[in-house]
Amino acid sequence: MNPSISLKVNGLKRVLVIEARVSLLDALRDHLGLPGTKKGCAKGACGACTVLVDGERINSCLALAMQYEGREIVTIEGLADSGVLHPMQQAFIEHDGFQCGYCTPGQICSAVGMLREFRSGAPSAVTENAAASGELTDAELRERMSGNLCRCGAYVGIREAIQQVHGATKS
Amino acid sequence: MNNFTFGRATDSSSALKLISTSPEHGTARFLAGGTNLIDLMREGIERPQSLVDITLLPLSEVQQLPDGDLRIGAMVRNSHLATNALVRERYPLLSQAILMGASAQLRNMATTGGNLMQRTRCYYFYEGAAACNKRVPGSGCDAMEGFNRIHAILGTSPQCIATHPSDMCVALAALDATVNITGSSGERRVAFTDFHRLPGDTPELDTNLQPEELITSIDLPASSAGLDSSYRKVRDRASYAFALVSVAAALKIDAGIICEIRLALGGVSHKPWRASVAEDLLRGKAPTRDNFAAAAAAELAPAIPRRNNAFKIELAKRTIALVLSELASGAGAAR
Repeated sequence: MNPSISLKVNGLKRVLVIEARVSLLDALRDHLGLPGTKKGCAKGACGACTVLVDGERINSCLALAMQYEGREIVTIEGLADSGVLHPMQQAFIEHDGFQCGYCTPGQICSAVGMLREFRSGAPSAVTENAAASGELTDAELRERMSGNLCRCGAYVGIREAIQQVHGATKS
Repeated sequence: MNNFTFGRATDSSSALKLISTSPEHGTARFLAGGTNLIDLMREGIERPQSLVDITLLPLSEVQQLPDGDLRIGAMVRNSHLATNALVRERYPLLSQAILMGASAQLRNMATTGGNLMQRTRCYYFYEGAAACNKRVPGSGCDAMEGFNRIHAILGTSPQCIATHPSDMCVALAALDATVNITGSSGERRVAFTDFHRLPGDTPELDTNLQPEELITSIDLPASSAGLDSSYRKVRDRASYAFALVSVAAALKIDAGIICEIRLALGGVSHKPWRASVAEDLLRGKAPTRDNFAAAAAAELAPAIPRRNNAFKIELAKRTIALVLSELASGAGAAR
């Protein structure tokens, strides 16, 4: 008999009965009716499946749903607030941060998580002396977003969108 | 992916009990961040009948020990470890190495213990139709005469030329870390450089961790803190790629003489490669470019190249000499 688990997704508690092998990605898409999160490579290489868990970005394709019971999961469907797009969603539209759109939900969730990491002082591989400099240079942004591939090559717009949100909201 | 039973442990003893009482427990695996194990299961390379989730174990702290060592819990996630203030202050080499591995998403999932347990990214290991002594002992090795640009040059055997993929582990090898392990017969400590194995005649064994033993923490000695250090990774892309060659180096120079040196290499062997030949040649010597180059040449002297990876020998020599020269001149240190 399959186990029953309870997931908190986009602020709602959802109970589902699934096999242990079901990934968080498949649970969201196939069991909870949330197909916004995309399956790209299914091996943690492309970032299309990125979601936020307790505010941190992860690859949902490499996560078993069972392991995420009780955690706060946010998908692309949960970013808008009462019908108003999240600033990152709005910025992707304004800057054409996509072409086919397949990587976009992952890019947007990843960007939201990335700015949170950056503002909390998390270092990156390009920052000298492994310490956050405070300035989100384009080199910083590329490094911190390297886990999200866009095969259309919409990186210019993606970068502009993220920089706009960073600039508009930094303290 | 095959289906399996799934249990969640809340402490080390319940984890050991769950795994030893699980159905077909010889195939059971502990599951931490899952970034490698879930991938291997999806590819059919790993087929455990049971998984024991250990992410709830109370092993998520980085603590200062009374003797000055730093203890890193096995469930500390890679991103948290790289960001930890004590690590950045005392062991910046470790922070730097972690941040050069994988992507931010993967570092948010992957754990300290899991990083040690990563399996090789050799394509022939991942491809079920290929011969691979690591996956199916005795079946042969298609990498030997295949596309072996990414493969090992040091410590290889006629059975296997796979490399260990971790960056973090290269820094831990250089820093003289110790692995703390628990199992049904008690607790034990293993020097980091003895944790991973060379392939020899048993390439199916990556580590000396026994079945149903659990890594609980990693200790970093106080004696490795505060050295000038640097991690240099040479790879095909600027970010999010495995190392062709990487160098972890830490140095202390006093009155123009090298009094302490730690050197480890990634991307060249089945295990993080502690370059003790080069270290022994350099200890007590002047930190000159010529001495660095000679030591690097001696370290790489036993290297055995295959058709596509001979470039790694020269690349490793040059990268060692460059990193040490930069450290000696005060440029390029991580701290």
